Amino acid sequence: MKVIVNIQLKQGVLDPQGKAVHHALSSLSFDEVKSVRIGKQIVLNVDGNDKEEVKKRVKMMSEELLANTVIEDFEIIVGDND
Amino acid sequence: MKVGVVVFPGTNCELDTKYAYEKLGAEVELIWHKETDLPNGLDLLVLPGGFSYGDYLRSGAIAKFSPIMNAVIKYAKNGGYTLGICNGFQILLELSLLPGAMKKNNNIHFISEYHYLEVINNENRFLRFFQKGDLINIPIAHGEGNYYIDENGFAKLEENEQILLKYCDENANESNPNGSVDSIAGICNKDKNIFGLMPHPERAIEDILGSKDGVKMLEGFFK
Repeated sequence: MKVIVNIQLKQGVLDPQGKAVHHALSSLSFDEVKSVRIGKQIVLNVDGNDKEEVKKRVKMMSEELLANTVIEDFEIIVGDND
Repeated sequence: MKVGVVVFPGTNCELDTKYAYEKLGAEVELIWHKETDLPNGLDLLVLPGGFSYGDYLRSGAIAKFSPIMNAVIKYAKNGGYTLGICNGFQILLELSLLPGAMKKNNNIHFISEYHYLEVINNENRFLRFFQKGDLINIPIAHGEGNYYIDENGFAKLEENEQILLKYCDENANESNPNGSVDSIAGICNKDKNIFGLMPHPERAIEDILGSKDGVKMLEGFFK
């Protein structure tokens, strides 16, 4: 089962990378961009058929290792079997 | 004086740390991260600088699950003196042995330069040979040293005199190289036995290196 974990800095925590990219986009005249936040996406291929159970396990993985919950939020997207 | 220095794959300051403490007269043992026990009779345990596990995922995130870490956590929680320098500080944060977290430097650059620090609190083992307000000039070398802590956490750091060092310029004016909250460069835990800082005292121990301000810091842990 394909599981995607999206990790982002929490709202209110300044994102230095996002700020730099925003600045670069502005210099390229993409003035419509109001803000940029950069995160990371982790794609897992997980054994299991029970979506809820898989999600529960991936939540544990995210809290223990994948995200640093002091500064980061994460969302889990459980895909279809493939 | 017996010092243990933990070595992870990607650590690169273990020999500098060993050299510095041996020069000061300590017996130093390097401890490979796959060990499960610490040597007996340690007076100080150092988590040195470097790039453990290539800084993959986040600095220090993977090192915290190394086999030696259960013993490290036990040692630190039992009051053993523990010093995390640079990557070692990041690991202590990931372990929650110290509060807060590191972000990428505000200017996105890896910063490698001498930087002045102001001593904020000296009633602890690490900075006991300094006065409050003393200036220290030692190297920093990091890409993720932008210390973050929320308001409540910050208030606790101040209240419990856990802020050790702040970045400044040679006249003690504000000079924040990486965007850290309140220019914080180093902190300790409430019990004052676990210390973490981004700057490198072990790289400033002889005049030929440009500064020996680090000696008085490292010496603080001697009996």
